[in-house]
Amino acid sequence: MKRLLGLAALAALLACGTAQAQQKQMDVKIGVLTDMASLYADDTGQGSVAAAKLAAEDFMKSHPNVKVEVVSADHQNKPDVGTGIAKQWIDVDHVDMITGVPTSSVALAVMQVVKEKNKALIDSGAGSSDITGSKCNANTVHWTYDTWMLANGTGKAIVKTGGDTWFFITADYAFGHALERDTAAVVEKNGGKVLGKVRVPINTSDFSSFLLQAQQSKAKIIGLANAGGDTINAIKQGAEFGIVAGGQKFAGLLIFAPDIQALGLKAAQGLMFTETFYWDMNDGTRAWTKRWDKERNAPGKVPSMNHAGVYAGTMAYLEAAVAVGSAKDGKAVVDKMKTMTFKDPLFGTTTVRVDGRGIHNAYLFEAKKPEESKYPGDLYKLRATIPADEAFRPLKDGGCPLVKG
Amino acid sequence: MTTIFGVPTMALFGQILIGLINGSFYALLSLGLAVIFGMLNIINFAHGALYMLGAVTAYLLLNYAGIGYWPSLIIAPIVVGCIGIVIERVFLQWLYKLDHLYGLLLTFGLALIIEGVSRHYLGSAGLPYTLPQSLAGGHNLGFMFLPNYRAWVIAVSLVVCFGTWFVIERTKLGAYLRAATENPSLVRAFGINVPRMITLTYGFGVALAAFGGVMAAPIYNVSPNMGSELIIVVFAVVVIGGMGSILGAIVTGFGLGIIEGLTKVFFPEASATVIFVIMAIVLLVRPAGLFGRGT
Repeated sequence: MKRLLGLAALAALLACGTAQAQQKQMDVKIGVLTDMASLYADDTGQGSVAAAKLAAEDFMKSHPNVKVEVVSADHQNKPDVGTGIAKQWIDVDHVDMITGVPTSSVALAVMQVVKEKNKALIDSGAGSSDITGSKCNANTVHWTYDTWMLANGTGKAIVKTGGDTWFFITADYAFGHALERDTAAVVEKNGGKVLGKVRVPINTSDFSSFLLQAQQSKAKIIGLANAGGDTINAIKQGAEFGIVAGGQKFAGLLIFAPDIQALGLKAAQGLMFTETFYWDMNDGTRAWTKRWDKERNAPGKVPSMNHAGVYAGTMAYLEAAVAVGSAKDGKAVVDKMKTMTFKDPLFGTTTVRVDGRGIHNAYLFEAKKPEESKYPGDLYKLRATIPADEAFRPLKDGGCPLVKG
Repeated sequence: MTTIFGVPTMALFGQILIGLINGSFYALLSLGLAVIFGMLNIINFAHGALYMLGAVTAYLLLNYAGIGYWPSLIIAPIVVGCIGIVIERVFLQWLYKLDHLYGLLLTFGLALIIEGVSRHYLGSAGLPYTLPQSLAGGHNLGFMFLPNYRAWVIAVSLVVCFGTWFVIERTKLGAYLRAATENPSLVRAFGINVPRMITLTYGFGVALAAFGGVMAAPIYNVSPNMGSELIIVVFAVVVIGGMGSILGAIVTGFGLGIIEGLTKVFFPEASATVIFVIMAIVLLVRPAGLFGRGT
């Protein structure tokens, strides 16, 4: 009897505690871990920090009892630097959620940290489909895009329009390898052939040697399994070496709007690529972009889908954290996210699958010709919409241990 | 088709030529570094940032003043050279008597500031710089397609490199310069204004870097990172060639460009590291570098 009384008292205390927590202020600290200065900095970097700040601002406006703080750091595209910062953030600075994290090698390493310390990673920037595949874990959500989605969107479209022989120029690390593998699979499945590939160190300034090898392969399509500054340099130098004039075509497998801006439409026109967000899609995205521009404070820049993903992913995470009542248990919040449906002006409707994959529409875009561009930042035309249920790898094919059966 | 280690010889010629082109940039930059180190005893870590400033100046001239590539080739080095002269007068001149480390730290800090400021205003993805019309296009050499601009890069950098070597090693002005580094007080006794000569030398070294930057603008992206990407390799080139040796910097620059080019064919994954492997080996066997005079 005495024991029962004790239990009842404990239960009452706990109930009281949660009731109080709902009224009391809830603190959430978010860390934007990103590439601030190197080849991915324009596609992620300060733009991601600005996006997270906008999300914090918006969320605090609608939830006055939640206090969201945003911190940021540069992982320099190095896994050891990234995990070091992540550990310090969680242990010393009490960061509850890490977002951004481009560069798959860093993301795969930080995933382990958040799992070990039971916090959350809402990734918007890394590409490898292994993040929700064989290496998935219960503390990670992969929001924006992945290499399977890119391969499926861009690769398929190009093979179908006659580009059936491929040569890959691949960034030599986790992301490039995953993108090359996923794209090669799509090419071969659709009846195409891979003639060769060359693995190039990340952040290479001169691609001429690799372009020459691609030229000699006589492949119709040169698939660029790289990103950011690497893609820009390859395409730019390809024009100089007469790649396109010689009848070969580039397939930029991962291209962001800031890359197209940097290339200029003259060099970029006609490129086809897949993304999940474009700033000029509708009134909602345009309004958000205006606010982002102000926060980012770099006139003339357009946001990439990574920036949009940091905003939308952070909003979704915060909603789930409020539903759970605390942000301290990372797995609990991520589990909650997987039961919810999120709506935002940037991605429309997003759900999160059991393997951590964020599911939303993807779009096949084509870079405009210079004469088609009406105003600064007018870069894309929409070629096709890939519905959410077709855009990402089927759940059963990923090999994620969280998927049962 | 004849092959060497499974690679067609024709393809190999192409790669060697491309190596030479990259080597041209290594040579141009390491030449400036070697001149500055040889004459001023300053390890100029800001060299990459000043190379980048050269490219950025060309970009700004084109887009805001409508001044094209050809005038930029002269204006940008002068502008950046003047910035170099200011740096020398304000900061560097106080450091000559101190340990190398101070010059290195100062110039490294300057490089970080210059790059940080440019990144703030220009972003890091880079800006497009249009190829001058007169050098667009290219020729099919049979074994490869050689863009005219790349051929121009090789030619110009050869002329500039050997011109500089000639001035410093074979003319009276060069003799004064070399004497001033050996024994400044004696040269001063002959009525030569040594501090001004040193200032101008630094300005010239920096102008060389900016010249390289303008040459690079049409083929690489004009981006705040372009210097820091190159500078580490260029330092390795200078160390391999022998610190302060002008001929060493030129020969090693071209040579390493070729070696790097060949690595890109046989084992592309190692192309970013091969130069450092060579540097380690050279330092083990000849600590003063290939062309260095041992101390």
